[in-house]
Amino acid sequence: MDLTLNSRDEAGHTVLAVSGEVDVYTAPALRDRIADLLDSGQHQLVIDLGGVEFLDSTGLGVLVAGLNRAREVGGNLSLVCPQERVLKLFRITGLDEVFTVHPTVDEALASPSES
Amino acid sequence: MAGTGAGSSADDDVTVTLRLPSSPAHVRTARLIAAAMARRSGVGEEILDEVRLAVGEACSRAVRLHERQGLSVPVTVEFAEAGRFRVAVVDGAKVGTGDELSAVAGAGAPWADPSGDALGLALLGAVVQDLSVEESPAGGSRVTMSWPLG
Repeated sequence: MDLTLNSRDEAGHTVLAVSGEVDVYTAPALRDRIADLLDSGQHQLVIDLGGVEFLDSTGLGVLVAGLNRAREVGGNLSLVCPQERVLKLFRITGLDEVFTVHPTVDEALASPSES
Repeated sequence: MAGTGAGSSADDDVTVTLRLPSSPAHVRTARLIAAAMARRSGVGEEILDEVRLAVGEACSRAVRLHERQGLSVPVTVEFAEAGRFRVAVVDGAKVGTGDELSAVAGAGAPWADPSGDALGLALLGAVVQDLSVEESPAGGSRVTMSWPLG
């Protein structure tokens, strides 16, 4: 599977670094990891898409579901995305209005949580 | 509804036909081959990302429809060069094809659809100018798209 997920705790948040391809085949692994983090009480999630080479609608759908679940438990899910080619997908689908997207992890961690 | 200006490509223009098992794992295979075919046909490097995304979305849609309807038929991907680089993705699912596109065009937020279909079609519609979804003669649907050659 061409998807790597690594999570770490930093500054009161859990940063999940995603790299590789997020598509209809690999997106379930991302969905499960986000669910596991939320279930284990890590409610302030920062999903770092810096290493993502490909993202499709299934991946976008998993992120939306993750955001909704995080909000349900009083948390938040924000994104880090420095790549124009990936950002474009959020704009096309209007999801740039739904997510808070930061250019770097540091900026995401410094941003006040808005849940 | 998206334009149908390109129409279906004539069979004799088809250069390569892929028959993929209807499995999420093979959607990546389709993307890789689509990008390689597009490059070989002379599609500009700056458009390859769009080809990859669109072919992937069309194949994901086919795989999802087959899964939902419990079908184990393959997904067929046809590549052709006829003035443009043309790709057709054919599934065997039973759906109201025209309605699907107009529903997406008229819908509000595409991410509100839990099936993922609306998001996929929103992406497809955005990166393909001449997208069309038609009923295929074999009974399923046929998603066609094309891009200019270099």
